[in-house]
Amino acid sequence: MSTQTTSHDVAHHNTDATDVFGFWMYILTDCILFATLFATFAVLRDSTYLGPAIKEFVSLPYVFAETMLLLISSFTYGLAILGLYNRNRQQVLGWLGVTFLFGLGFVILEVNEFLHMIHEGVTWQTSAAWSAFYTLVGTHGLHVTIGLLWMLLLCFQLIKFGINNTMARRLTYLGLFWHFLDIVWIFVFTIVYLMEVF
Amino acid sequence: MDKHDSLSMEYGMGKKTLTSYMYGFGFSLLFTIISFTVVGKQLLSSFALHATVWSMAILQLLAQVVFFLRINNSSQSRWYLMPFIFTGVIILVLVAGSLWIMFNLNYNMMH
Repeated sequence: MSTQTTSHDVAHHNTDATDVFGFWMYILTDCILFATLFATFAVLRDSTYLGPAIKEFVSLPYVFAETMLLLISSFTYGLAILGLYNRNRQQVLGWLGVTFLFGLGFVILEVNEFLHMIHEGVTWQTSAAWSAFYTLVGTHGLHVTIGLLWMLLLCFQLIKFGINNTMARRLTYLGLFWHFLDIVWIFVFTIVYLMEVF
Repeated sequence: MDKHDSLSMEYGMGKKTLTSYMYGFGFSLLFTIISFTVVGKQLLSSFALHATVWSMAILQLLAQVVFFLRINNSSQSRWYLMPFIFTGVIILVLVAGSLWIMFNLNYNMMH
């Protein structure tokens, strides 16, 4: 029994490393998806078709708040991973909860921003510039939303299964994904928001 | 699994530590604040503004990759680093190429 468990664990361990590397490959292809959307935005940003420009709707303090929420959530996700090293389920769940709230705050701010813009009359149909804006920022927001649902799922699994190698691997996947989303956001706030203002 | 068994969390990235996360968070915060401040207060001329904001973005990218993702040039994480650099090259070609072609197209339409 014990030998079997050991050999199983060894095999498991090796495939774990390969699986995480495979997930990294997915992250990199997702980078290319975002790169195409950034290129589209950069090309179309001034094509406003005589309609309102994007800069008229940019509020820097608001974007700064969004940035902080996502950055803090990226940091607290790391604290959850440290809880995983300590094999402390309460610590993992606690920090995942905090991460979830900050991530949710980000999504709420972004949805609110979009609703405000649509209320003011700029939708994704207004002009090519606005189509590119909603596609780029919306795709990022959608990724964050999927990350949040994924985080909830992992919380339930942690409560049900406790901490083991499989859960550690799954939390590592989400960690890569979550940090990746914050890295994409650096370029969203730089290219879309900051560069509109000056 | 026994409470005392250690998790086999060696996937190739460097081990996460509180120190590395603190550094990552501190640097990201600093670079973000510099970016928003120079743009918000219009402290610099247009060219310097572009240069500063872009440098801050690149520095923050590096800070998060090194301190949050824990990918560096150590032998164990080189597997992660190489495709990452390759993706960077692809993105550069994709974005710079698109801008170049579209700029020329616009230019030729108007002249």
